[in-house]
Order: sequence, then structure tokens, then C-alpha cells
Amino acid sequence: MTAVALSPTLDKANTVSWKAPIVFTLFTLVSALLFIGFSSDGHVDFRFSPLTDAWQIPPLVLAGRPVGIVGVALLAVITVASIWLASRKRRTPVWLAAVYIAVLLIAFLAWAASAAQTSVIPLAGLLAGALSLSVPLVYGSLAGVIGERVGVVNIAIEGQLLFGAFSSAIVASITGNVWVGLIAAAVAGVLVGMLLAVFSITYFVDQIIIGVVLNVLIVGLTSFLYSELLSPNAATLNTPPRFDVWPIPGLSEIPLIGPMLFRQTPIVYLAYIAVFLVWWGLFRTRWGLRLRSVGEHPTAADTVGINVARTRFWNVSLAGGIAGIGGSFFTLGSVGAFGQEMTAGAGYIALAAVIFGKWHPVRAALAALLFGFTTNLQNTLSIIGSPVPSQFMLMLPYVVTILAVAGFVGVSRGPAAAGQPYIK
Amino acid sequence: MTATMPAPSPEQPTAQTPEEAQRGRWRQALREITLGGPLIGLIAVVLAMLVGSILIAATDPKVAATAGYFFSRPGDTFGAIWESISGAYTAFFKGAIYNFSRPDFASGIKPFTETLTFATPLIAAGLGVGLTFRAGLFNIGGRGQMLLGSAIGGWIAFAAPLPVGLHPVVVVIVGMAAGAFWAGIAGVLKAYTGAHEVIVTIMLNYVGYYLVFWMLSTPGLLQAPGSNNPKSPPMAETAVFPPLLGDQYNLHVGFLLSIAAVVVVWWILERSSLGFAFRAVGLNPRAAQTAGINTKRITIIAMCMSGALLGLAGVQQVLGTVTTGFSAGIDAGIGFDAITVALLGRSNPWGILAAGVLFGAFKAGGYAMQAAEGVQIDIVTVVQALIVLFLAAPPLIRAMFRLPEPGAKRKAVKA
Repeated sequence: MTAVALSPTLDKANTVSWKAPIVFTLFTLVSALLFIGFSSDGHVDFRFSPLTDAWQIPPLVLAGRPVGIVGVALLAVITVASIWLASRKRRTPVWLAAVYIAVLLIAFLAWAASAAQTSVIPLAGLLAGALSLSVPLVYGSLAGVIGERVGVVNIAIEGQLLFGAFSSAIVASITGNVWVGLIAAAVAGVLVGMLLAVFSITYFVDQIIIGVVLNVLIVGLTSFLYSELLSPNAATLNTPPRFDVWPIPGLSEIPLIGPMLFRQTPIVYLAYIAVFLVWWGLFRTRWGLRLRSVGEHPTAADTVGINVARTRFWNVSLAGGIAGIGGSFFTLGSVGAFGQEMTAGAGYIALAAVIFGKWHPVRAALAALLFGFTTNLQNTLSIIGSPVPSQFMLMLPYVVTILAVAGFVGVSRGPAAAGQPYIK
Repeated sequence: MTATMPAPSPEQPTAQTPEEAQRGRWRQALREITLGGPLIGLIAVVLAMLVGSILIAATDPKVAATAGYFFSRPGDTFGAIWESISGAYTAFFKGAIYNFSRPDFASGIKPFTETLTFATPLIAAGLGVGLTFRAGLFNIGGRGQMLLGSAIGGWIAFAAPLPVGLHPVVVVIVGMAAGAFWAGIAGVLKAYTGAHEVIVTIMLNYVGYYLVFWMLSTPGLLQAPGSNNPKSPPMAETAVFPPLLGDQYNLHVGFLLSIAAVVVVWWILERSSLGFAFRAVGLNPRAAQTAGINTKRITIIAMCMSGALLGLAGVQQVLGTVTTGFSAGIDAGIGFDAITVALLGRSNPWGILAAGVLFGAFKAGGYAMQAAEGVQIDIVTVVQALIVLFLAAPPLIRAMFRLPEPGAKRKAVKA
């Protein structure tokens, strides 16, 4: 048994991974083509502070083409370094990849803005909008992380978000209290999570099948009830109050990141707390140890006396509740009224964030932020009239996830027992 | 350790290591879900429609009004409930099977031909998903594959000047190839990098959607000339599927393609060595590998064939259902419905044919219900999802109806 388990690991340790150099080369070639071949004479104007801020950082105005040329040169240098490292059988360090992405992003922004009608990139607005688009993704990815860590693949995040949004809209409209709406969203998410748990843990139904079917069920149910009940009685059932913005004194005055991080609604602050709590819980508490052991090796966990089915059941339900709260952001946090299929695939992006974040709560939350950022970057670019087709920006999170699961971006290996039922 | 043992059959859990026994029972459970008996299917349909009826009655404003004075006159409430449900089902029957208010048979049977028209892409798409189930794979990428099939096939259909007989044939082949290519990405990644096909196909749905949306909003690609909408020009007259039963019905030749696909897929799965390899890989990939089957190749072929069938469904949409030009919503959720069709049809081609016709009837009847009784079409989605939910948990249904366990008493049930 040991020999069988060990040999692939040993083989892998001896092989050199050429994936990073290959990806770098590819992106550098595309960047060279776009940023130099298709560059224009315009300039880019990075605005760091919104005009309303008392403490202004002066804007940075650069010519588009030189930024592109310098950027491509830097990218080429990093690519060569990565190839050199790979030829020496060494891995490309993470910080080098981070520098590569940062350079790529700045060069891309300069290129896109210099060719656009308006060359202003409002960085503060870009970041603040990115955060607010990311909030449901952060909650959803936390739900996905807990689910997969305990051994249940949670495809139903989409359904949990949608049902959370739906319930919070109705309950908050009836009671007129946002906090009651928030609790209703959590309860709705727990219900979907429990359905997932019952079918996958008690009846051993394929977790992916049940997740997909639950999503279809929730989409159908909420759309049906929306057109039958919410839409005719919009005044009483679908006009929820919204959370007020609670600026945190002091912190919200920091330029650039202050308004983005600390001038937000309580749901956003709750997300920060949730990310920390899930991280701390998973890696520092007995609960987390048990949860992870059930997800990695249920038989071993069972042998030492952990009730696998019960651990899975309650944690999948908990994950559903977290996703449900995330759903309430759509209604109580941003839009207000509930709309048919208003989550628009956010649950699947959250799933992508789980994988891209390597099943780690903090990394998954950062991946969710990244995906929110690309979505908002697309919004910003289409506002300034950039020539980049918006669809390609919207595609980005999904393409990146495919590259991640295929192993081109780091090694993604999930919990060993995720997706497999435990049958005693 | 496990490699030296002869591959055990899942029916004999006692002769296995605990690990193998667990896998065997898991496969048994999966097989029960995807390949179980027809009785459970019937019960699941009836139960789901019952829940659907409750939803219809509960959201009917007349029922709500009479329920206000339920304790003084309960008869009114029950009357309203009866009216609500019977009205809905009458409209459903008249919209999906036979409209008895019409004078003659030719116009009375039109609803059933509508059902078959709706069933046409559902059957093709369901076959695609069912095929992957048999090979132990899961293709959730129906939406993306259909969109690619519709877009590339549709492009040939409105742009290529081809003669009458040849044009639809070329469109079908190109559309199927486009679907196969899109699913093939997932197959290749699964075979060579181990990337889970579920995640890759979900992500490819969105990539495909945005790709097709971009093509539709780019002049010179798929966008209709002189228009700003993300919509294609109408299909060329030479390409459109001719009507099957004359101009008074919408049923088109695409339906015959779906029937042909059922026969071909049945033959491949049950009679060819390729189908044997699919089933072998689906039941036990390691045993199949040991027996000399190239599992990587089989994975890629299965995904490509599945994608080709979904591409066919996409072509049926553009050449049969919506011939006046398509938008990025041309898939109409069929890629996801296909999963429920394949599950209800238990991954068996003939079962999928029946399930496709049933879901086609749901769609045709659902629209009639919406028009006549104001019951929203989304109820159909709810009922479909509930069917699969009940179907997915045979132990649940068995417990509810005190049916015998499969296995020991299986023959008794069959006889």
C-alpha cells in the first residue's frame, strides 16, 4: 500500500515543471504583439484618489507606447529567468509570478487606456467596485472551501446564493429589518445545504448530480415564485431596505484603500470576519482538524472515532448558511429588489475561486477578489471606451480556472476524499 | 497491492478489500441512479407533478382569496384548488398532447407535434450527456457545446452559398464538429492532466457563451449586417430543415436526426467494441486499463462524441426551432435539461428518447399553461428538477412506498 502511494510522489519530485515558463512565454508573446504591435499614440492617466477625497494623490500621466515597451521588456526578462530556473531543475518562485502578473496588468491598463476614448483609469473606483462585486464570491468560495475540505463537492453554491438573495428580499421586505433578512438568507442557505447533505451523505447520490439538480430546482422555484408572487406584490414583498454604509473612523480616511475596504456595509465587514474565522477554525481548532481529516481520509477519521456522516452533514449545512449570507449581498447589499436569476453564475465563479485558491480560505477569498477585479476592470474599460471586447475580459476568470485545474497555474490538488461518499 | 488482484466485480463485495468494496458499493449506488428500473421513474414523475400541483394551487390568487374564509366555507377553498389544478392540467394536456376543442384530428394533434418539436434537441442533447455517464464521465458543458454548434453551424447556414440538398448536411456536420471540439478540450485535459471534466466543462460553458456573444456582436462575424443587436441574420432558405409533416406543423426533419442518433448511440453502446470500452471504463477504469483498453483515448472519444451530439442539438435549434436568426440564448437551457433527460432516461438511448418526449411535452404544455391559466413556465423547471431529485434517491422512494430492495429480489420485481 505504502509503495503504491509513494511512488507517484517520488516520480513527481524528480521531474521539472515546464508549465510556468510555457505560460510565461505564451503571455509575453501575446503582450508583445498587443502592446507593441497594436499600440497607439495616446497616454494613460492613473487617478489614485477620487475627487471627493481631502487628501489627494497626484494623478500619474504616462505615454502609452513606452509603458508597453518597458512592460514587455520586463516580462521577457522574467520569462527568460523562469526558463533558466527550469533548466536548472528549479521552480519559478511565487513572488516572481506575482511581479509578472503586476507588470502585465499595468502594461495592459496603459495599453487599453491609451487606445480608448477617455484615458482616465480611476483606480479608487476600480478597486471599490471590484470589492463589492467580490463579496458574494468570497462568501461562496468560503462555502466551497468548507464543503470540499469536509469531502462534499458543493456545486450548489449558485443555488444557495440565489435562495439566500430570494429569502432575504422577502423577509426583509415584510419585517422591514435588514438583520432579520440576513438571518433569513442564512437559514435559506442552510436549507439548500441540508438538502445537498441528505442526498449526498444519507442516500449516496452523486454530489455533482445533486448539486446541479439543486441549482436547477432553486432557479426554477425562485423564478416561479418571483413571477407569481413577488412581481404582482412588489410593494409588500420585494422592496427590502438596504444596509447603510458604516465608515470605520480613521481607517476609512486612508487614501486609495481606505474607502475601498473600510467605507462599506456590514455584510462586507462580516465577510472579512468570516474569512478570518474560517481560516482560524480550519487550521487552528479541533473542529477544523476533524473536518479536514474527514475530507482527506474518512476511513482513518472513522477509526479514531469521528462520526464521518455527522461531521459532513453539519459542515455542509454550515457552508450553505455562509453562501446564503453571501446571497443576501445581492439584495440587501447592492441592488435592493430580487430579480430572476440575479446571481448570474456567481456560484460557479465562487467554485472557480475555490480551485484557484487551492482549497484555502484566504487564498480562495483572494481569488474571489481577483475575479471580482477582472469583472470590474471590464466595466471600467467599457466605460472609458476601450477597444478590448468586454467578452474577453469576462471570460478571463473561467479561462484562468481551466488553466489552474489543468495544472498550468501551480499545482491544484484538492482534499483527497472530496466528491466521494463514505460508505461504512 | 490492488493492481495485483484480479479486478473484482461489484456484485461480490465480500471478496474485496475494504477499499474496493467501498468503490463497488459506490458504483452500485451510481448505477442505481443512472441505470435503475422504470417503476421508480414513474413514481418520481407522479410525485414531482403532485408537488407541482401544490405549488400551482398555493400561488393561485383565487385559492388565496377563498382561504381567507376557509373555516366558514371550506368548500370554496377546495373548489378553487380543484379549479386551479384541473384548469392547469387541462391546458397542459391541450398544449402538449391533443387539443380536443379543435374540430378535426389534423389540427387537434398539432400539440403533440409541438411536443416532438421541443423534444428534438432534448433527445440529441440527452443522448450526449447519457453517453458520458456510461463512460463514467459527466458532461455539464452542454450549454457551451450547443452554443458553439449553433454558432459555427449557423454561420455556415446563413453565409455559405450551398445547394438545397447539401447545405443542411454540411451545417449538421460542421455544427457537430464544433460541439465535439469544445467538449474535446475537456476530454483532452481530463486524459492528459487529470483536470476534472465537471469543472472544465462548467468553465467552458461561460467561455463559450462569451465567445459566441462576442462573435454575435462583432460585425463581419455573426452579427446581422446593419444591426447593432447581438443577433445573427436569418438562416438561408437552402439550409433550413424542411417540415416533416407539411407546412401546418412546426415539426421538422431534425426530429428524424434525433431518432437516427438514438439508434446509432444504442448500436455504439450495446453492439460495438467501442461501446464495450466505454462501459468498461465507466464501470472500472483500472480494470479496463489492465485489460488493454486505452482509457485516455476512450475518455477523449467519449467527450467528443458527447459534444458532437450536443452540437447536433445546437444545429437543430438554429435550423429547426429558431430559423430567423439566433442570439446567445439559443441554447434555451437545453444543455442543462439534457442532464435531467439523461438521468430520467437512465443513460439508455431508448429511455432518453422517452424522457426527451416527456420533457418536450412539459415544455409544450408549460407554454400552453402559461398562456391559458397564467401559470408561469418556470413550474416546468421545478417539476423537472424534482423528478430527478426523487429519481436520484431510490432508497427515499422505496422507503415512501415500501418497495423491495433491488439486488436479492430484483428478479421478482422484473417478473
